[in-house]
Amino acid sequence: MDFLNPVIDGFGVVLQPTNLLYCLIGVVIGMLIGVLPGLGPAATIAILLPVTYGVEPVSAIIMLAGIFYGAQYGGTITSVLLRLPGEASSVVTVFDGYALAKQGKAGTALGVAAIGSFIGGTVSIIGLTLLAPVVAEVALDFGPPEYAALSLFGVLLVATVGNGGRTKSVIAAGLGLLLATVGRDTFTGASRFTFDTLNLADGIDFVPIAMGLFGLGEILHNLEERHRTVPAPAKITNVWPSRADLRQSSGAIGRGSVIGFVLGVLPGGGATLSSLVAYAVEKRRAKHPERFGKGAIEGVAAPETANNAAATSSFIPLLTLGIPANATMALMFGALLIQGIPPGPQLVSEHPDLFWGVVNSMYIGNILLLIMSIPMVGLFVKILRVRPAILAPITVLITLLGVYTVNNQVFDIFLVIVFGVLGYLMKKFGFEPGPLVLAFVLGSVMETAVRQSLLIFGGNPAGFFTRPISGTVLVVLIAVLALPAIRWAMRRRSVESRDEELV
Amino acid sequence: MTERPLTEEPLTEEPLTERPLAQLSAAGVAGAIGVFGLVGSLALGLGRLTAPGPGLWPFTVSVVITVLAVVLALTGRHGTDTEGFTRASVQTAIAVLSLVVFAALLPLIGFEIPSLLLVFVWMRFLGKESWVSSTAVSIGTVAAFYVLFVVVLEIPLPRLI
Repeated sequence: MDFLNPVIDGFGVVLQPTNLLYCLIGVVIGMLIGVLPGLGPAATIAILLPVTYGVEPVSAIIMLAGIFYGAQYGGTITSVLLRLPGEASSVVTVFDGYALAKQGKAGTALGVAAIGSFIGGTVSIIGLTLLAPVVAEVALDFGPPEYAALSLFGVLLVATVGNGGRTKSVIAAGLGLLLATVGRDTFTGASRFTFDTLNLADGIDFVPIAMGLFGLGEILHNLEERHRTVPAPAKITNVWPSRADLRQSSGAIGRGSVIGFVLGVLPGGGATLSSLVAYAVEKRRAKHPERFGKGAIEGVAAPETANNAAATSSFIPLLTLGIPANATMALMFGALLIQGIPPGPQLVSEHPDLFWGVVNSMYIGNILLLIMSIPMVGLFVKILRVRPAILAPITVLITLLGVYTVNNQVFDIFLVIVFGVLGYLMKKFGFEPGPLVLAFVLGSVMETAVRQSLLIFGGNPAGFFTRPISGTVLVVLIAVLALPAIRWAMRRRSVESRDEELV
Repeated sequence: MTERPLTEEPLTEEPLTERPLAQLSAAGVAGAIGVFGLVGSLALGLGRLTAPGPGLWPFTVSVVITVLAVVLALTGRHGTDTEGFTRASVQTAIAVLSLVVFAALLPLIGFEIPSLLLVFVWMRFLGKESWVSSTAVSIGTVAAFYVLFVVVLEIPLPRLI
């Protein structure tokens, strides 16, 4: 049972009082920002990045992970009670959750969602425990061509699967790649796009970009939407779901766990997509699909289970390949780099305490969240009374002073403001900041890998297709990208043939 | 063909509007960035595929950006994913201005007064909170930050006191 030893050692890491404390802090913050509409987990993690400088690597990542999966629990609460999804991944929960709340069964919906989230999360952690070391083992043999193909795959899939227009998302990703080239070229030593200022000579830091685009950009964007009045939350009566409710939703929870786990691993999948798919699957399987939207408990159980399972399993590509599967994981990537730990296949073997500490902390975190979301749910609903007019300036102040503390440079504050305005404008014009940040994070990895590969292949770009893994990844990528075009062409042909029939 | 909508009630009441001008200007800005990248990377030198220069990678990326900007200009005009600027956008402009003033004042007079002003302006004028609560929260926030950053964490923030 040698395989299990590091796993058990990992529990030793989690059970250290400091790490338990950071886990608790993380899930409480996650729960809070999940409840508050507006700031999402990505924005919160971005704003808290400066805090992680002074913290042990394991504790820092445990806390940030807690924020991410904690937000999936919290997002449910506002969806059910107010018909306002706290997070994008809880949007579909609104349909049946709010309908249940109107029937006076808000407690049942929240209880089932919490239990589903817990089961989904736990199933996913077990999957992560079993699968991640295997993937990391395989990935140890990857060379530059494999990394070039995988990072291209990651960036393009996130850009095309995510919300927002495809063209715009890929443009945003391109901008991220371009920003990553600012500074000194590692191969030739040439200064690129620095405009001869010393501040840009070493490139742009990840922290101000993430804090600006995700944190400040979101705050500025929310300023204009603040006028929407928040309705009074529905009364919560009994949070413990009945046995009949649980029996009815057990199938949905099981399927939601699997869907969430699988889609979470795929680049561009993640919590939001998996919640949508899980909802659609339940609706299609149901004997009476017309119940959905009118208070079907499965319509709450499936998406909530799936988004939490996906939030957990999306750590797999990050921790084993060093390729973030979504924007939030891109922030985790940045946080690991800040700690001087490059994420990748060596992580499991070289930093087992970090890997297993973080993975096992998720068990503890999920138990804490279950406690917080069933008996203590009333406490978190009270948070909704805090007005955004008070929260916004405090968050801004944390952001601006926080980024200053990283390097003690006022220039970084200006960078955050610049990227905050960019993030605001991007949202206004229909661009997602997510692909930009992800591409920026992967930019230098990708460029280095591509250039090393070109050297390996003697300057022949077709060489990528001669290696089995990089070739397969690229072929799959081309297939995925070509799919919509083919479908479009086929639909056009069928329309044309129908027109001919009419004539 | 009748496709059943996912819900009976729409989540947002806002109508989706086409803003061809906004889409075109978005494409224009993206195109300008792409062209800037092209020119800049050409100046850096492309090198050859066997010996890539510093400009080769940014050049490739810029080509993609430029081509997609043209695609966006040609096909994206009827997209409904943009939001118009409203009267509320003036608030955002004021907010950004207050942040710039904050950053400019910070190294000169320390973090206390700029922070106080920032929270106060955001609450009173952008958030339409009362004078009393704006004053109380801004003083309380700065006091809390002083204790946290200066006393507890001992972070070298520029400060007045």
